[in-house]
Amino acid sequence: MARPSLRSALTGTRVRERRTALRLKQAELARMAGISAAYLNLIEHNRRRVSEPLLEALAAALGVEPETLSEGAEGALFEGLREAAAAAEPPEIRPVAADEAPELERIEEFVGRFPGWARVLAARQARVAALERVVEGYSERMAQDPFLLDSLHEVLSAVTSLRSTAAILVETEDIEPEWQARFLQTIAEESLRLSASAEGLVQYLDEMEAAETGLSSPLEQLESWLSGRGWHIAEFERPDPPAPEALIAHAPELASSAARELARVYLAQARADAKALPLKPFVLTLAETGPEPGRLAARLGAPIAPVFRRLATLPAGLPGVPPIGLVVCDGSGTLVLRRPVPGFALPRSSAACPLWPLYEALSRPMQPIRTVVDMAGRLPQRFLTYAFAAPRGAAPTFEGPVLMEAMMLILPAPARTEAAERAVGASCRVCPRAACPGRREPSLLSER
Amino acid sequence: MAEKQVLLVEDEPNIAEAIRFILSRAGWAVAIEGNGAAALGRIAAMRPRAVILDLMLPGRSGLEILADLRADRDLAATPVLMLTARGQGRDREAVERAGATAFLAKPFANADVLAALEAIAAPLAGGGAVPTAAAVARGA
Repeated sequence: MARPSLRSALTGTRVRERRTALRLKQAELARMAGISAAYLNLIEHNRRRVSEPLLEALAAALGVEPETLSEGAEGALFEGLREAAAAAEPPEIRPVAADEAPELERIEEFVGRFPGWARVLAARQARVAALERVVEGYSERMAQDPFLLDSLHEVLSAVTSLRSTAAILVETEDIEPEWQARFLQTIAEESLRLSASAEGLVQYLDEMEAAETGLSSPLEQLESWLSGRGWHIAEFERPDPPAPEALIAHAPELASSAARELARVYLAQARADAKALPLKPFVLTLAETGPEPGRLAARLGAPIAPVFRRLATLPAGLPGVPPIGLVVCDGSGTLVLRRPVPGFALPRSSAACPLWPLYEALSRPMQPIRTVVDMAGRLPQRFLTYAFAAPRGAAPTFEGPVLMEAMMLILPAPARTEAAERAVGASCRVCPRAACPGRREPSLLSER
Repeated sequence: MAEKQVLLVEDEPNIAEAIRFILSRAGWAVAIEGNGAAALGRIAAMRPRAVILDLMLPGRSGLEILADLRADRDLAATPVLMLTARGQGRDREAVERAGATAFLAKPFANADVLAALEAIAAPLAGGGAVPTAAAVARGA
């Protein structure tokens, strides 16, 4: 491991800084540490390595921890520079000649001699990484955006119809006049539809450009980090789970302090859940009851909410357990957590569909609600949802407001669902259900 | 069965009408069903030689209908030509997994619909095995 020795190359600079801050003379410090002033001078100019016992002696004399001298405050700066070096030239594109590669072994020297430039480079690297996340977000959005997918479907249907109809008219020499008139009418209709779809698309893209200029929100940063870990925090399943702060410290995705605070609260809860409902017995019980949160909670003697959260954050690939989504909202209906599941469209920033059982639960606290929903989208898809609302956190008191929290688990619907299903969407703007009683604003989608 | 019957499950009336016209001229009797939820019942009642199934349907998606069809012992052997969207790789994979006999990407040339249908509906010599998607009209 090369890192400690690389960092220690700047130890001398830090000794010198600390000594001058304390207004100590070189000779005085040298005497206290039991070395000659000339040797200390060499150390302070980073021209001699400092042995472990000498580091401790110097640290004691300067009244600091040895790590302060060996690591310094530049840790984050070094990380940023290493990231910049790693991102500079993906080797699979072009092999880097030895004399063109960043001199990683001289990184300490670089920081020591050009601290200002080093900070600029590290800051640029952080900015590039943030922008890369935005680009990733956009490309993911292009692949999943319900409005874009629906528009594409509209265009494709119109084009399919136009192509077939036009070919019939051209290729059928003996076509009857009635059929000819019928197909000409089709061409007129479909042309109008095609131009309406195109207009809708252009308007949507214009609005999207105007609306989104910033980086991702704190919640999106947290969700993106959790998604990168498969929504399962394996560290918390160990007998000695680490503190949430320890996990956050190694998460560059949590770029803003707001995102780190969200993550801290989320992780503290996940850690408590893991302790209250250890994975092994939970999975064993799950294998007996199936993914039905009510039965599972009863068998485990646990409250519903942690069972919901545990179900949605199981390790991937457990046999017989489908991917399980989870949405959580506070009393205002604002989504405070979105663990997605394929096919169930979750709104990115706007409010969700008022017909979600999640909101029904919010208005009927403590009542478990099991509903099969039919999610509007490019392909109609059914999901089995379990919704439940309860006061947030510990037992409510008679002082202060009671804050409610609603949660909804999202599972694949059982095969051949015949029961009544509730028609829901993601959010009004991107929902095609024209006659929906819950509609609060017009849809961007052309009416079918 | 003197007449070759095919059920076309397609919610776009103009596309359905064009396909019906093309197939009728080649000697097929074409029935049209626009509602995904009613498709399985129509197939069971009609027992067509083949089914042309649009992937994107209101009510019940083509994938769900296909899964129900393949799970039904009496109807499982019905050849199904699935209409998908060109370039939607994910859809195509799902269609193959769900057991489509063949698929055709929209927009298509008229001759391709007929060719794909005749290929999957051709009575096979020496057994009732249904040709696989790989064997017939791959993306055409």
